[in-house]
Amino acid sequence: MNFEFSDEQLMLREQARGFLAQHCPPAVTRKVLESDADYDAELWQNVADMGWMATTIPEQYGGLGLSYYELAIIAEELGRVVAPLPFSSSVYLATEAILQFGNEQQKARWLPLLASGEMIATVAMTERPGQLSEHSISTRFHQDTLTGQKQPVADSAISTLIIVLAKNADDELVLCACDATHPTVVHSSLRSLDFSRGHSAVQFNSSPAEALTGKTTDWASIQELLDRAAVLVAWEQLGIADVALEQACEYAKQRYAFGRPIGSFQAIKHKLAGMYVKNTLARSNAYFGAWALASGSDQLPLAAATARVAAIQASVYAAQENIQTHGGMGFTWEFDCQFYYRRAKLLSLAIGSERYWQDRLVTGLDNQTPNAA
Amino acid sequence: MDFNDTAEEATFRNEAAAWLANNQLTAEETQGLNRLQIAKLWQKRKHDAGWACLGWDRKFGGRGASAIERVIWDQEESKYDVPSRFFVIGQGMIGPTIMAWSTPEYCERFLPKLASGEEVWCQLFSEPAGGSDLAALRTKAEQDGDEWILNGQKIWTSGAHYSDYGLIVTRTDTSVAKHKGLTVFMVDMRSPGIEIKPIKQLNGESDFNEVYFTNVRIPDSYRLGTVGQGWQVCLTTLMNERLAIGGGGPGADVKLAIDIARTVEINGKPAIEDSAVRAKIAEYHVLEAGLKYNGYRAITALSRGELPGPENSIGKLVGAPKLQSIASFCMDLLEEHGVLWDEAQPLFDGLAQRSYMGAPGLRIAGGTDEIMTNIIAERVLGLPQDPRADKGIAFSDIPTGGHS
Repeated sequence: MNFEFSDEQLMLREQARGFLAQHCPPAVTRKVLESDADYDAELWQNVADMGWMATTIPEQYGGLGLSYYELAIIAEELGRVVAPLPFSSSVYLATEAILQFGNEQQKARWLPLLASGEMIATVAMTERPGQLSEHSISTRFHQDTLTGQKQPVADSAISTLIIVLAKNADDELVLCACDATHPTVVHSSLRSLDFSRGHSAVQFNSSPAEALTGKTTDWASIQELLDRAAVLVAWEQLGIADVALEQACEYAKQRYAFGRPIGSFQAIKHKLAGMYVKNTLARSNAYFGAWALASGSDQLPLAAATARVAAIQASVYAAQENIQTHGGMGFTWEFDCQFYYRRAKLLSLAIGSERYWQDRLVTGLDNQTPNAA
Repeated sequence: MDFNDTAEEATFRNEAAAWLANNQLTAEETQGLNRLQIAKLWQKRKHDAGWACLGWDRKFGGRGASAIERVIWDQEESKYDVPSRFFVIGQGMIGPTIMAWSTPEYCERFLPKLASGEEVWCQLFSEPAGGSDLAALRTKAEQDGDEWILNGQKIWTSGAHYSDYGLIVTRTDTSVAKHKGLTVFMVDMRSPGIEIKPIKQLNGESDFNEVYFTNVRIPDSYRLGTVGQGWQVCLTTLMNERLAIGGGGPGADVKLAIDIARTVEINGKPAIEDSAVRAKIAEYHVLEAGLKYNGYRAITALSRGELPGPENSIGKLVGAPKLQSIASFCMDLLEEHGVLWDEAQPLFDGLAQRSYMGAPGLRIAGGTDEIMTNIIAERVLGLPQDPRADKGIAFSDIPTGGHS
């Protein structure tokens, strides 16, 4: 039994934490939050220099060919600093989509650019409020052009490639790649609750596009794409959850009321212990998710859903109770508590809500033989 | 990450599995024996083959095995329906305390018989006035030459009625602060002046006892640690409690909930298709799977030679309320039939009902939810303790609110 990262992987964590402490202190996130920028371009370049976008891309496409364990570790560290980067869009979703669905020529064309960070890409799926499903897609792919509107699309305004979930003339699902900078592709900026990430409505007006033809696109394969992303997003959420808990503990030890640290009141300390319990369970579930993703296990659907649900619960709870522990100061613009509150909710909705993943979790459980897992 | 044994671990596992497969008690051997007698027979068999108290030194009847080997043994043994709970407290908690605090002579006298199951031990800690606040205990020990005379009452003592010996913490000085006036002894449970009364629990069972001490005499040589050092001795026992207390046998779980939800209907469809039911099952699975993988992480840490710390309190803190909640949910799925707990025609083995009625005790025994939460907050997160009204005061001056 070895249910722990390797020493090299743990070293990567140390290295990533040190790197981000230097290059992404809270001021960097705040700068993007308080400006109209969609991301911090300098940080993106710094992260690209570290090779993080290249982590799981095979070496033949200019990547590092490392495992999903390494990517999970990087995701957690990016979560801890609430990095103002299109990393989840470009790496967990667009790069994965091309790895999973692209044909050889498409992989050879785009993966090296994604690996080096020269290209930022995103994925556009949802169109209207409510659950994403094969029935909620109206965008059409016909004669190599895309027509329709997607919103919200994270990071589209800074992307040069958009992977779009559409339907063809036979009403079949198709994933296609579209040049995001083409004049027929119109990005209208949308305000989201996390100002440190950009969102847009994207209008495709007979925009030139090509289908990803490496494998059949159906709802099951789209769900698998989401499963894979869910594990990585869960690690990012864990980072948020842990930092929120650390900050709340720190504040509860320093802040005095009624002549003693507020952390000595059971109303506060039990709340913080509750955060710790949720975070710990989420972490252990995320370990199993990482294992299922890295090892190609057929338990991935259940493992990913479990990791995702636990991570949503832990991160949202930690972010909200961190503010509560800080009292009025936590509600100020000046304090950083808002970063975690915003990003936790953003990530909780990014690839399907808690309800969606709870449902998927039980489908996974139901599909397993009674004695398995 | 992988879930495989190392080569040495695999060899050990095979050896353990082979021995277990070839040495189970037969129906002939157990015929006419009660649970305790069967447990003693099984323990003796394990002991004679070197499979008892694996972590203990060989001279005390153990095997000198590593922590990970103990885990592997437990995993293999748990595949069989073997009685073990009679020895959990003695071997898991009291043995290590004797080892740490008693003389070499007494270690050789008591530990081998504890390992072989010939002698059973109980833990005499809790009192009517000392539960979560254990150090508030009042059972008095007064020195009389080479002996001590005990008077007082213990409560929640598992297995007192079939135990040969007990580990008891007493108050030897009321003029000092409460943690400073305690002393621990070993006590022969057949001594004159000991009276044992079973406690009938709300589920109708009797797992615990009240134990009364009236002028019970103990030799001074049975003392563990110095006079007044009892709290440190107790901590040795309590530290091992976290390692010794396990899951507590079969109970309501996600598998049971799914079994029931597949069988019963809501609005003419299997309940498992109902979204509210699915959300609940997902909640429970997150807890169950989280604890399971937590366990894997703890085993990994053990196999790397790390010692289990206070973070292991999370197992019982999450597990016990989860058991209560999921049992209740399973009964809800059965609607009005959920109230039935008829041994002649049990619904789903009566597992939900049995768990529902047992869970309140599990949330209290071995540290209440609230104490476990304090442990996590104070020992893991480093938050300050509550100010205490009894700090630095002589025990005799502490307000008691009615207890005498």
